[in-house]
Amino acid sequence: MRLELREDSSLMLQAVVPLSAALAALLCCSVLIIWAGASPFEAFVHLVKGAVGSKFAISETLTRATPLIFTGLAAAVAFRAKLWNIGAEGQFYAGACMATWLGTGVVDLPPWLMVPFLFAAGAIAGGLLLLGPTLLKTKLAVDEVVTTLLLNFIVLLFVNWLVFGPWKDPMAMGWPQAEPVIDSALLGLIIPKTRLHWGLIIAILTSIAVWFLMRFTTWGYEIRSVGHNPKASGFAGIPVNKVVIRTALLSGGLAGFAGVSELCGLKGYLTLDLSPGFGYSGIVVAMLASLHPLGVMLSALFIAILSIGADSMSRSLNISNYIADVATSISLLAVLVSMLFTKYRIRWR
Amino acid sequence: MSNEPLLSLKGITKSFGSLVANDGIDLDLYKGEILALLGENGAGKTTLMNILFGHYVADKGVVEINGHALLPGSPKEALKEGLGMVHQHFTLADNMTVLDNIMLGTESLLSLNRKNTQAVEKIKNLTKQYEIDVNPHSLVKNLSVGQRQRVEILKALYRDVRVLILDEPTAVLTPQESDHLFATLRLLVEEGLAIIFITHKLREVMAASDRCLVLRHGKNIYESETSDTSIDKLAEEMVGGELPRVERIPAEPGDAMLLLEEVGVTDNSGYHLLENISLTVNSREIVGIAGVSGNGQSQLADLISGLLTPSSGTFILLGKPISNPTPLFMIKQGVGRIPEDRTSTGIVGDMSVLENMALESYWKDEFNRYGLIDFKALLEHTESLSKQFDVRSGGPNASARTMSGGNIQKLILARVLSENPSVIIANQPTWGLDVGATAFVHRQLIEASRNGAGVVLISEDLDELFGVVDTIQVMYQGTLSKPIDPAKTTASKLGLAMSGHRDIEDSSLLREAVT
Repeated sequence: MRLELREDSSLMLQAVVPLSAALAALLCCSVLIIWAGASPFEAFVHLVKGAVGSKFAISETLTRATPLIFTGLAAAVAFRAKLWNIGAEGQFYAGACMATWLGTGVVDLPPWLMVPFLFAAGAIAGGLLLLGPTLLKTKLAVDEVVTTLLLNFIVLLFVNWLVFGPWKDPMAMGWPQAEPVIDSALLGLIIPKTRLHWGLIIAILTSIAVWFLMRFTTWGYEIRSVGHNPKASGFAGIPVNKVVIRTALLSGGLAGFAGVSELCGLKGYLTLDLSPGFGYSGIVVAMLASLHPLGVMLSALFIAILSIGADSMSRSLNISNYIADVATSISLLAVLVSMLFTKYRIRWR
Repeated sequence: MSNEPLLSLKGITKSFGSLVANDGIDLDLYKGEILALLGENGAGKTTLMNILFGHYVADKGVVEINGHALLPGSPKEALKEGLGMVHQHFTLADNMTVLDNIMLGTESLLSLNRKNTQAVEKIKNLTKQYEIDVNPHSLVKNLSVGQRQRVEILKALYRDVRVLILDEPTAVLTPQESDHLFATLRLLVEEGLAIIFITHKLREVMAASDRCLVLRHGKNIYESETSDTSIDKLAEEMVGGELPRVERIPAEPGDAMLLLEEVGVTDNSGYHLLENISLTVNSREIVGIAGVSGNGQSQLADLISGLLTPSSGTFILLGKPISNPTPLFMIKQGVGRIPEDRTSTGIVGDMSVLENMALESYWKDEFNRYGLIDFKALLEHTESLSKQFDVRSGGPNASARTMSGGNIQKLILARVLSENPSVIIANQPTWGLDVGATAFVHRQLIEASRNGAGVVLISEDLDELFGVVDTIQVMYQGTLSKPIDPAKTTASKLGLAMSGHRDIEDSSLLREAVT
């Protein structure tokens, strides 16, 4: 058996491959479900019903997809420039902290100004948080995988201190949470009596904007060029370090968006479980979308269906909802392996 | 020479998709002869050797060694039958000794005691017998390129090869080292080995081989005893017609475009990459830089390309001193740069032909409005340049990775020369190109120089330099010799300068050595 480079890979192939990867992941999960003592068919029916079976289920799934789109974009942009930003989780909280600080009364603007203002502030916070590791990378060649990953824990501990200490809401009956943001900072709901908020629309618009940036602007051209071949880009006069730093600000900013959107759209106040790992899931979302900004929306939806559906499945069948995590990880692995087949073909002999 | 061939390939055919890489190739190799295998890039030499070594399986045809068929697709079998190969890019572990490298893979992984003494004994005998001068206990990283090649040959001999194949063995050697190699090969065939020697340097075929075989488009086109043929005949067979000639009429040099005076470059740890480099490049002049690879040519190219900053001396471009060059600054000053490694430095393989054509000009006003790239203007630009420079690709939106080496080089030339540069630095621009593409590159460089550019051409191929340049300077360990008039020197004199002997015109000792 040997691998041969394909001269070109058709669009058809590029669409079929991730789908079959998802299918393979579901098959693997069936084994686990049988092991847990339930029927896989029944389990998947519950999963699909729980995720898209009713208006409420759909609204929950879309609510879950919203932060994943933002963090998925953050990873997609950074990875496109070969900047391995594993710190979207920390940047998420940096955005949320900024929005909490400015949104709890320090600034009061009318809602149409307040929301963009908080998003901008959150993006700056997220971007600046990634700037440090990026400067260490460009100036001293420090591996950003290590620095961004470890920074997540520092930020989380910092948030921990904030919500137990100076920012602790005296009205929260002892729960470790910060004061809620003021009403003008809230995003508002798209559908009343659900949790689906306008963050989703902002996420969709952001996806389109990022796609446009990457595809049609000089900045996007430079990011792609540096990511694909930094050596040739440097030789051709593209300021490689500047481009990487610019990408870092963009990526960190997008992760900051996620934090603001969750804070002002869903919860209303800062807690330690504002993100159940959205920053890390964003990496999976980006990889599943092969780093395509529009594809990020679809893969975020896929991950959201899996996790919301699995919650419902586990409630109905009394099996662990960790099956969803397993499904997500297996689909990532399956996609990574299958990506190989869009570039290579296998020859048997 | 016996009548039974030692190795015989019969009707070897191999296709990849629609491309027929080998089309019914017959080859016989007899004991005690050196066979030169000639052909342009893509003629099928590499495929044939891969079939011989079992890396590929032929669609049709058989490989016979000593009269019996070799099991196809089994590299192990090929090694056992006494086939050995010295690759163009050496396969040695730098951090191990010569002895370790030679023994690597010959012992069982499970054996506890290494038979070092026996191995050393055997290696000593081999080195004595074939006059190969290498110390088995030195580390490979401390050896010169020529010595490393000898280690590769030793490695094959240690495994008792009967057929030795050398792939472009002289590409990294000075003319003197090449002569040394040929003498060694002669000793080997006298002991009964048979050698296949892959090359495209015709002079070496004439000097070193007994018989030669020319491949073209996957077929064997021509076979002859070396003594019965000529360089011209071989070239004609290789290219399939008249060799494209490049006419060069020397022009009167104009003003100095680029002036380096005692320029030095050091790396971060203070190590001298370049020392005391003095170089003058005038308008309408092509200066050739000769030297064995790795003697500072890349650094000189990087310096003129704006990637390195001089730490001492003066660097004057178009009459203005330059202190802190960057690639973009040099492009804007009118320096056209053709990089050494066209696939890794010249293009971004995963981006489109169009995007690669724009790599050095996407920021210009004509292609760019409010930060948006004007793809329509770029498309027109790409199409007109592709036509003008005969760049063949799968269209402007095909990824650049899919282009052939020659077309990648034409794309780079189009990108550089369309800007009418006043200085051109071309580092090994014809490396790995076929004769047609090579002639195209030469013609373009000559035309640019005739239009007023000053050209620096770095090459390891002396024939190329003699054919194209007005003056030659030799690089050795980061230093540059004085200009030498190519009409007043010879390849062997330059070869001495390339191995560190300076002042070749006035050293009496050297004059004796040459004559």
